[in-house]
Amino acid sequence: MEKLERLDRRIIFIFIFLSIAIPLLLPVNLDFSVTPPVQSFYDAIEELPAGSKVLVSCDYDPGSMPELFPMNVAVFYHLMSRDLKVITIQLWATGTLLAELAMAEVLEDFPDKEYGKDWVNLGFKEGREVVMVSMGTNIPKTFPSDSRGNKVEDLPIMQGVNTYDDIALFMNVSGGLPGTKEWVLQVQSRYHVKLGSGCTAVSAPEFYPYVQSGQLVGLLGGMKGAAEYEKLVQRPGTAQRGMDAQSVSHIVVFLFILIGNIAYFSVKGAKKRLKASR
Amino acid sequence: MRREIPIAICFLAGISFILEYFIPHQRILSVFETFRQWAIIVIAFAYVLGLANIVRVNYHVIQKKGRDWPYKIILVLSLFFMITVGIIFDILGIRSGGIAEGSIFNWVYYNAQYPLQATMFALLAFFIASAAFRAFRIRTFQASLLAVTAILVMIGRVPVGERLWGSFPDLTEWIMNVPQLAGKRAIMIGAALGAISTALKVLTGLERTYLGGE
Repeated sequence: MEKLERLDRRIIFIFIFLSIAIPLLLPVNLDFSVTPPVQSFYDAIEELPAGSKVLVSCDYDPGSMPELFPMNVAVFYHLMSRDLKVITIQLWATGTLLAELAMAEVLEDFPDKEYGKDWVNLGFKEGREVVMVSMGTNIPKTFPSDSRGNKVEDLPIMQGVNTYDDIALFMNVSGGLPGTKEWVLQVQSRYHVKLGSGCTAVSAPEFYPYVQSGQLVGLLGGMKGAAEYEKLVQRPGTAQRGMDAQSVSHIVVFLFILIGNIAYFSVKGAKKRLKASR
Repeated sequence: MRREIPIAICFLAGISFILEYFIPHQRILSVFETFRQWAIIVIAFAYVLGLANIVRVNYHVIQKKGRDWPYKIILVLSLFFMITVGIIFDILGIRSGGIAEGSIFNWVYYNAQYPLQATMFALLAFFIASAAFRAFRIRTFQASLLAVTAILVMIGRVPVGERLWGSFPDLTEWIMNVPQLAGKRAIMIGAALGAISTALKVLTGLERTYLGGE
């Protein structure tokens, strides 16, 4: 039991690898329900009239891509399918190409959508919270050109877009800082806009208070949140495919915790008995 | 005066931005809009300083053949390679320059940075599992609460949990919405009060460590 208590971590690594790899290769597609924070974000988009403008800030990097990219794709897909206009920006330099990649994937389903008319990528701007607040008073001044070098004033989608008042809904795909917390503190609380968030599972608990207070209209937490959104928009993607792997790996972690505790208490009991016999 | 002037600038700037938050009048907003444009320019300039700093620090290590010096060469070379293909090639009008689709910058991003960062993050799964095995020992009452809650949330947030018991997701949502949220909100309020008091100390000049020394 002492050996089991000090189990070589490489054994744990092997089990985790198998618990992720096997379900990915042999999926069983376990069904799941949609949680209220995800449903409320979906409903917020459904309530928007066609043609409304939605700003999506893609603030993440390839490190958090397995969790955030699927929800980025699913949200873009939902916006396009509802005939809403998508304006995307990035406060992380690494987010620019990921936003383009996500949109390219969605545009395969919507070949008629035009750049500059139905969607635009204003690109990356350094300045974090300063950029967020600055956009509140003047979007074209903060982003005078898009990521392709076009003048913002020449783009049809940007006609009539000057401040946050001209945006119907905001979505932040958040990989860290600056992210959802900054969008809530600097933008939502100041301009009282409708804001939704997609974040990594590890940071989701931090944003639950904002959902309860109504500062976030919805929250997609981690790969599970992304999978739920894929289910709502009826476009299965990598998040739904990853659910089996996540299920099995969580069970494996649970079993290891159980084994660790059984070994701990057995060793502790044996030591007590040895001490008593002396 | 070397201390008084920066403290005065800090006080005036801080108070002005606080007032701007509470008086959102269009005239005031337009004045502060100019200040924010200045801030964006200053922040952008910090990138140039950062670049100079990286070169300076790594140059010294390479020159002295210090610890991991071959990696420092790769770092500096990669840095200048990306600047060259992303900015200089674009200025020179070379077709594969810039950050547009099909550019060298894009290719390196998708084929080097993307898999490298994804690999680093993927390793977390293995280390978290190993850490969970060692950390969740039920040694005390508090440790048992932590372990039980962690297991309930972990199982309840994946489809298999719902298969095991239909109300598992509801229980998990309750944990997230009631005890977790109460704890989180208490921490947030405490941290906010701390931030307010620190900000007031900085604005009034009681806290001067940001000036260096003292």
